[in-house]
Amino acid sequence: MTSPGPSAAAGSQAVSSAPASLAAGRPAADGHAIELRGVTKRFPTRDGRDYTAARDMTLTVGRGEFVSVVGPTGCGKSTSLSMISGLAAASDGDVLVEGRPVTGIPDGLGYMFQQDAVLPWRSVLDNVAAGPRYRGAGKKEAREKAKEWVAKVGLAGFERYYPHQLSGGMRKRVALAQTLINEPSILLMDEPFSALDVQTREHMQDLLLDLWSGTGAAVVFVTHDLTEAIALADTVVVMTAAPATTKNVIPVDLERPRRVEEIRLEESFLAVYREVWNSLRQEVEITRARGAGNVA
Amino acid sequence: MSPDVRTPVAAAPPGAVAEADAPARRRPRGVRAPKITATRVLLIVLWLGSWELSASTFLDPFYYSKPSAIGGRIVDWFTSGTAFGSIWEQMAVTLEEAVAGFVIGSLAGVVLGVLLGRGRFLAEVCAPFIKAANAIPRIVLASLFVIWFGLGMQSKVATAVVLVFFAVFFNAFQGAREVDKTLIDNARILGAGPRQILTTIVLPSATSWILASLHVAFGFALIGAIVGEYTGADKGLGLLINHAQGTFDSAGIYAGMIIITVMALLAEWLLTLLERRLLAWRPPSIATEARI
Repeated sequence: MTSPGPSAAAGSQAVSSAPASLAAGRPAADGHAIELRGVTKRFPTRDGRDYTAARDMTLTVGRGEFVSVVGPTGCGKSTSLSMISGLAAASDGDVLVEGRPVTGIPDGLGYMFQQDAVLPWRSVLDNVAAGPRYRGAGKKEAREKAKEWVAKVGLAGFERYYPHQLSGGMRKRVALAQTLINEPSILLMDEPFSALDVQTREHMQDLLLDLWSGTGAAVVFVTHDLTEAIALADTVVVMTAAPATTKNVIPVDLERPRRVEEIRLEESFLAVYREVWNSLRQEVEITRARGAGNVA
Repeated sequence: MSPDVRTPVAAAPPGAVAEADAPARRRPRGVRAPKITATRVLLIVLWLGSWELSASTFLDPFYYSKPSAIGGRIVDWFTSGTAFGSIWEQMAVTLEEAVAGFVIGSLAGVVLGVLLGRGRFLAEVCAPFIKAANAIPRIVLASLFVIWFGLGMQSKVATAVVLVFFAVFFNAFQGAREVDKTLIDNARILGAGPRQILTTIVLPSATSWILASLHVAFGFALIGAIVGEYTGADKGLGLLINHAQGTFDSAGIYAGMIIITVMALLAEWLLTLLERRLLAWRPPSIATEARI
């Protein structure tokens, strides 16, 4: 549960690199919303040896930056999110959020999980109201706020439905509202739309961009889908095959606001796509070869 | 919606109000339903008829009794009372013991089950003791409780409690242990503290497990009360059955059994209502309709 190493050094760095505009009014920090430095994560396995999910991982996310993380299956992308969220501790290296080492769940952090995390025994409204209620808001106040958010994600009229009465896409909208109602300044998303069909997914991507724009939240979006990664992000980070390390950081210079279904046909989009895919292909092949080795 | 709508979202978190297309449990009640009922009635008539017939011809009704004699005994109990006073009083005593045992036993079972289900260390420490306690033939404790607590109500309640406790405990334990970790992680991220996780995630999540065990548990509570009375009492249905046995009155034993069965079925019905209220959020397909 420790992050050994130069956690004290984080403070000393703080003064130098922070862009003035962003740092104004913030506590002294180094200008990054999220920073992973040489982070390693090992899990003990059944046979007694450690499995290294991430090795010497480096990742920097600026404030208000949308970063997509892509990498081959099972490379430890999700692990990086759980370390940033404080749900899991790094075995080695530094995990910093807003310049502070992560020891518990950082303030202002939202996390949308890959699996369904809505509470099946609560109505849509009460699911969305959960965050404010947990944070001490009164029932009425929380419900009112939740009602706004239910409308923002396009579920007005469904407030009293239970999750099992909704489609997969609608449940994702509930989860999105549930996460965003806390107005996170750091938003972690772990393949949130992977279970949806293509049309629904594009709707959700547009919805996410709409709701995110102007919030200034830093987003880390883990996905397998390169189109999704590029269409959403300011920066795409390519991970190597497991154990994950950062392989490439590719900027996406496409204008906002974007509409996902349009942007993916543009020449500049395709150029980025090619670059990301060239970087990723090798890693995917390594992973496949390993998979074949395991099967044989 | 169809007139078959049974549960108006009663289980919705407080404040939510039922509306027309709110979730409702529907019993798949097709054209087959009357046929099923008719067949059931036919089976009962066949069974009772053949019993009555054989007891009137070649079976000795002294040992096996017969439906008409049992019916007569029940009518007799309800009109002119039993050897120990009004039948209603006997029923009330047994019911009171069973309900007290049920409430105490299930509360203890839920509390301890959830506690151990969430606390790995405690669970590890207690596991062998609980296994051992569960292996004790607990029904025998009824004799011990009569010595400890006397012939009054307490000894019966105690017997019911030990029977109920384990039935509920294991389910609550399992239910608390099987809580989806993603739900807990999500709640933590949303800002829930340990107590909020317990009350808003763990308990609701374990509720279907716990409710399932309550059906069995009330049966156990009745058994505990009856066996307790059977072992030594001055009132109750168990005493009636014991007395009937002492006087070779097989019709009396059957009559006692039937009254207890009816009480158990009524309790079962009430529990099912409670379950529907509490679990209205569940999709109808996994509802508990097909329970036997």
